[in-house]
Amino acid sequence: MSQLTPAIRVLEHSLMVYRRTWRGSLFTTFLAPVLFLAAMGFGLGTFVDKGNPASLGGVAYLVFLAPGMLASQAMQTASGESMYPVLSAIVWMKTYTAMVATPISTRAIVIGHVLWLTVRLTLVAAVFVLAMVVFGATDVLHGLLMIPVGVLTGLAFATPITAFTATQRTDNAFPAITRFIVTPLFIFSGTFFPISQLPALVQPLAYLTPLWHGVSLARAIALGNVDLGLAAVNLAVLVGFIASGIGLAFVTFSRRLVQ
Amino acid sequence: MPNGEAPPLIHARQLTKRFGEFVAVDGIEFDVASGESFGFLGPNGAGKTSTMRMIGCVSPLTSGTLTVLGKDPATEGAAIRARLGVVPQEDSLDMELTVEENLIIYGRYFDLSYSEARSRAKELLDFVQLSERAKDEVEPLSGGMKRRLTIARGLINEPDLMLLDEPTTGLDPQARHLLWDRLYRLKQQGVTLVLTTHYMDEAEQLCDRLVVMDKAKIVAQGSPRQLIDEYATKEVLELRFPPGAQASLDGRLDGLAERIEKLPDRLLLYTSDGDAAAVAVHERGLRPEQVLVRRSTLEDVFLRLTGRALVE
Repeated sequence: MSQLTPAIRVLEHSLMVYRRTWRGSLFTTFLAPVLFLAAMGFGLGTFVDKGNPASLGGVAYLVFLAPGMLASQAMQTASGESMYPVLSAIVWMKTYTAMVATPISTRAIVIGHVLWLTVRLTLVAAVFVLAMVVFGATDVLHGLLMIPVGVLTGLAFATPITAFTATQRTDNAFPAITRFIVTPLFIFSGTFFPISQLPALVQPLAYLTPLWHGVSLARAIALGNVDLGLAAVNLAVLVGFIASGIGLAFVTFSRRLVQ
Repeated sequence: MPNGEAPPLIHARQLTKRFGEFVAVDGIEFDVASGESFGFLGPNGAGKTSTMRMIGCVSPLTSGTLTVLGKDPATEGAAIRARLGVVPQEDSLDMELTVEENLIIYGRYFDLSYSEARSRAKELLDFVQLSERAKDEVEPLSGGMKRRLTIARGLINEPDLMLLDEPTTGLDPQARHLLWDRLYRLKQQGVTLVLTTHYMDEAEQLCDRLVVMDKAKIVAQGSPRQLIDEYATKEVLELRFPPGAQASLDGRLDGLAERIEKLPDRLLLYTSDGDAAAVAVHERGLRPEQVLVRRSTLEDVFLRLTGRALVE
């Protein structure tokens, strides 16, 4: 067995489950964001574009909004996948408990979960990019480049949340994560309007969140104005969150499952 | 002690597990030989599950020595677990998968090919009499069926050693007997079984040898027969008096038995001849509401060793 084999077995488990449950996630992960994009991009966009705001960089609101929505959507999907399903695998259904009784280690479980999220986020981002191409918000080439940005943005949230979930005994804390982290970031991290519109005091806060970096990078690709220095910072922040999240999850999973 | 030249499958010396200040397992020592059926008998909280988790390499020992299948759990955990079959106390089946898929994916964890996992799953479902439910979801299965599926899952890698933590707790008598029958067949096939239980009848049915645990320590060990011979008499006379009457008996039963245990609801008289003791009770003018003569069991052994009943 190679080092990665046990983690791939964990991924296989998720895929086997997804084969049974994918229908249930159709609306929330595929249809809803596309509808949202249509409503905001075309509906709201019509009004925004009439004002012809310079801060949008001279593009239609739909074109400005769509890359941000892609990153936000990835954040939401990945966060959701790292709360209830992970807690269930530890506390309710005990899937992970069953796994650690086999040659699968806690580290392999963490890596396997990250692999699964990568697959899932790639799917979500690909569907979203397809919608963007259909709506004329981007072209195929730029769209394809945005997919990995969506995946990295999602993982930057998912890995620390996964580490946190492994410390929990109940789902009590999850609504707070959604209410106080995921939703505010969705609104204030540059998805709907440039953060230059935020009060100057609050702006630096946005730079601390992985979502802004994901939005910034995706949008730069979409608008074709990538600044290599900024893009490198964006990537470094995303990768930094992912690496720390995985490191933390190694610790919390081991403490929880092997004691 | 195991005989023959073969090294023991499990070897434990001064095995200790602490959680902070709490001592879950306190310096216990035992060996389990290949092909043996070995039990940990004791009440809840005696340290049975903690011991099982250390053997299963999912709980590092605090101190002492433990080798499983000749290897060290601290450094070769994955290699040991590859050869174990584990039936945990609480079901950990995947409710989102079918009965068959639960076995197949578990086989994958042991690096079986899909075709191998599928063919073993088929055989094992047959063995635990769940073939007709192969394509069904797990959720609607009865408790007994879920346990049987968990046992089938634990067998998917053809383990050298099967660890069963309270395999029949919470099951109805019929389901328990079916499960015992399957476990007995495994034993006949030469699979080494290590199980925990707080049911003395289960220990008597399944274990060649067992240790009695109480408060993190081993208080006695031997075969069920040896333990009964050593710590109990051949027969037990159970007397049940009307409520309140038991307290006023003081001294009137003296000399009728080798030993008398007073339980809240009845008296147990340990004697080699229960019928004779019953007659003697009657001759002393005592009129218990219920009189029962029975053979001694491990329950009596446990009572003798700890002064408490196993299942309260």
